[in-house]
Amino acid sequence: MRFTDFASSLIGLWLLLASPLQALELEDQKLYPGTSATVVKVISTGDLAVFEPFILQFQAENPTIGIDYHVTSSAELHSAIQDGGVFDVAVSSAMDLQFQLANDGAAQAYASAVTEALPVWARWRNQVFAFTAEPAVAVISRERFADLERPKTRQELIALLRQNPEAFENTIGTYDVRSSGLGYLFATQEARNSDTFWRLSELMGTRGTELYCCSNQMIDDVASGRLTLAYNVLGSYAAERIARDDRLEILEMEDYATVMLRTALIPATATETQGAALFLDALLREGLRDAPTVWALPPLGAADTPEARAYGPIRLGPALLVYLDKLNRDAFLRAWSDAMVQQ
Amino acid sequence: MSDTANVPFWWRSIGQRLTILLAGIAAVLAILSWWMVTSFAREAAERTQDNVLVASATTIAEALRSEQGTILLELPYSAFAMLDAIGEDRVFYRVSADGETLTGYDDLLPPGTPERPGDVSVRTIDYRGDQVRTVTVRRTVLAGQQPVPVLVTVAQTRTGVEAIGSGLSQTAAILSVALFILAVGLGAFAAGNALKPLNSFAQAVTRRGPSDLRPLRRKVPDELSPLLIALNRLMERLGQSIRRSEEFIAEAAHRVRTPLATVRAQAELALHTVEKDEEKKMLRRIIRAVDESSRSASQLLDHATVSFRADALAKDHVDLAELAAKVTDGLAPTADMKDITLILDAIGPAAVRGDAILLESALRNVLDNSVKYSPAETEINVTLDRLDKANWRLIIRDQGRGFSADSLPELTARFKRGTNVDQIVGSGLGLTIAEEVLDAHGGRLELSNPETGAGACVSLILPAA
Repeated sequence: MRFTDFASSLIGLWLLLASPLQALELEDQKLYPGTSATVVKVISTGDLAVFEPFILQFQAENPTIGIDYHVTSSAELHSAIQDGGVFDVAVSSAMDLQFQLANDGAAQAYASAVTEALPVWARWRNQVFAFTAEPAVAVISRERFADLERPKTRQELIALLRQNPEAFENTIGTYDVRSSGLGYLFATQEARNSDTFWRLSELMGTRGTELYCCSNQMIDDVASGRLTLAYNVLGSYAAERIARDDRLEILEMEDYATVMLRTALIPATATETQGAALFLDALLREGLRDAPTVWALPPLGAADTPEARAYGPIRLGPALLVYLDKLNRDAFLRAWSDAMVQQ
Repeated sequence: MSDTANVPFWWRSIGQRLTILLAGIAAVLAILSWWMVTSFAREAAERTQDNVLVASATTIAEALRSEQGTILLELPYSAFAMLDAIGEDRVFYRVSADGETLTGYDDLLPPGTPERPGDVSVRTIDYRGDQVRTVTVRRTVLAGQQPVPVLVTVAQTRTGVEAIGSGLSQTAAILSVALFILAVGLGAFAAGNALKPLNSFAQAVTRRGPSDLRPLRRKVPDELSPLLIALNRLMERLGQSIRRSEEFIAEAAHRVRTPLATVRAQAELALHTVEKDEEKKMLRRIIRAVDESSRSASQLLDHATVSFRADALAKDHVDLAELAAKVTDGLAPTADMKDITLILDAIGPAAVRGDAILLESALRNVLDNSVKYSPAETEINVTLDRLDKANWRLIIRDQGRGFSADSLPELTARFKRGTNVDQIVGSGLGLTIAEEVLDAHGGRLELSNPETGAGACVSLILPAA
């Protein structure tokens, strides 16, 4: 989930159709050969470590199909598909960019019994399908939080930050929304839903906040005790770490939770559409489970907690285009930088 | 009518015609209403989309501002969120200042540009392989001292509108079919109901007896009253013409009978005066012929009488036993001439209601027939008994040749005689008269050949009083 030069790639969107195919910047790639020549090319923002068990399970059920799994950032994925790169399935945590791909006509429609079983809010035009519902959470260090009361709402968190400057001085972490697509999505949605976001951001800026590209690094630093609090961490990653590391804890916020949907689509350029359909159905079946089995990613039902229900999961719809607009992005980043980066 | 053969079977009845016509009208109306609802629904959905698009574009236009000579815009979240309302449609937009794209899809060129600020242009164009509805609004923003025209275009595909349209169209189609079926049912009911007076009129005419020529007195709808009047006039004329011919026959028979009686009396006298056997034989033949003629004339008269009196039948008390005795006595001399013995077995009283003259004529004709067809030195039995609770029966049984089996059913027709009459002279009216009388009284005449012995058997069956 690294956003390298998001702004320029977004400007590039308007020129992409004319530009030649750029080399794809991959973080990881692995081929899982099947017993036949069929290979489904998957491009994804999900780490291999997370997706491997799922791919192996899929191949156990469909041994003939080979999977060529590419890991890249959501911006790279977006521009690769937009440029007409040939992939059979695109899986991304950046639902706004996925939505834009479908809106601009880069996705093809697919319907099956499984897609019909999805809740209405988890699909758009039979082109974009959600298979996880992952909240943004605040993760705290047990050790550094030993003497502090656990805040239950954003208001209480603000009060806590105000009253204990020394405890949080330079030990708060959050996404650098300028480089992280997911961080930007969480921040814009929260800013839209609640006016506490800007007060919290200003306060975090005042206390001195470390900015991160990725959830895992934040979790690492909270675990090691370098950070007291990491705000807007991907809940699924945090939960998975907490299961094997008791130095961490998730702050149970009762006022609201921003819930992101991880989505998959079949690009218009897909060639192995049958294999892609099987892979997509398998993904969605994981999303329809009551509890995760093959991986730590929470299924769609996870969006049904009281705090998540406050605003519901981020809506798959044209409103996602609003914060992708370059004028809006510039304005938002300007305001965010003013609040957060006060050096 | 000769052209009924060319008419298809479903067009032959007024009820079917009405039903088919009403069904046709209902079908036309159902299709019309479906088409209207469908086009209204589509229109409404399209207008709704237009309004939402205008609202969206206007919201964006209103968010335009300028700072230090630069035009700034922060797209309002609601401007795009509202576009979700119609359905899952692709959304495109472009904001341009003075022809330069400020933000959005560079290649989305508004087909028509509004001339004045505040104007809105709404068009449908093809964009990125889809039909899109575009709305462009114009606003002037002051950038520094310079007024800059800004165009805000918002476009949306029409999948949602189509879906709403076709959904409503389907519902309308189902409703139209239901309405059509209902209308056909009601039409059939209405046609049946409208034709009920005609049917009951037809039944009333059909139910009438063959000689019932009284005028029909019933309430009919205005459309049928000319038919009723015409029918009554026809029956009246028919009745008159029948009466006239009966009167003529009666008159003719009467006129013939009187001179015949004179001829017979003269022939009798002559018989006594001539000596030669040959002359006697000739005279006897004359007398017999005269007898036959006068008998036929009497029967014609009887028949006319029956026709007259049956129209307004008297309801007197008549004792069948008495009647049988009287008729038997009357015919005894004729029977004697052929050495035929009439044996009467009738113990009264056997009361019936009716016209004594007619009943007497019926019995006389039957008995006369028996005498005529019986060979000499035989017996004729006249027996009265109770057939069942409601009816009396008078059986006249002779030892003659009986009825020929093949002509039995037709014998009571006028002037119809059996196939085994040989040389015997007769008019063929006797049994006709008897049957007409019995019919008029609600009784019946039964002809049979008894299983044992020779002869004919005629039963007169009359309802008991």
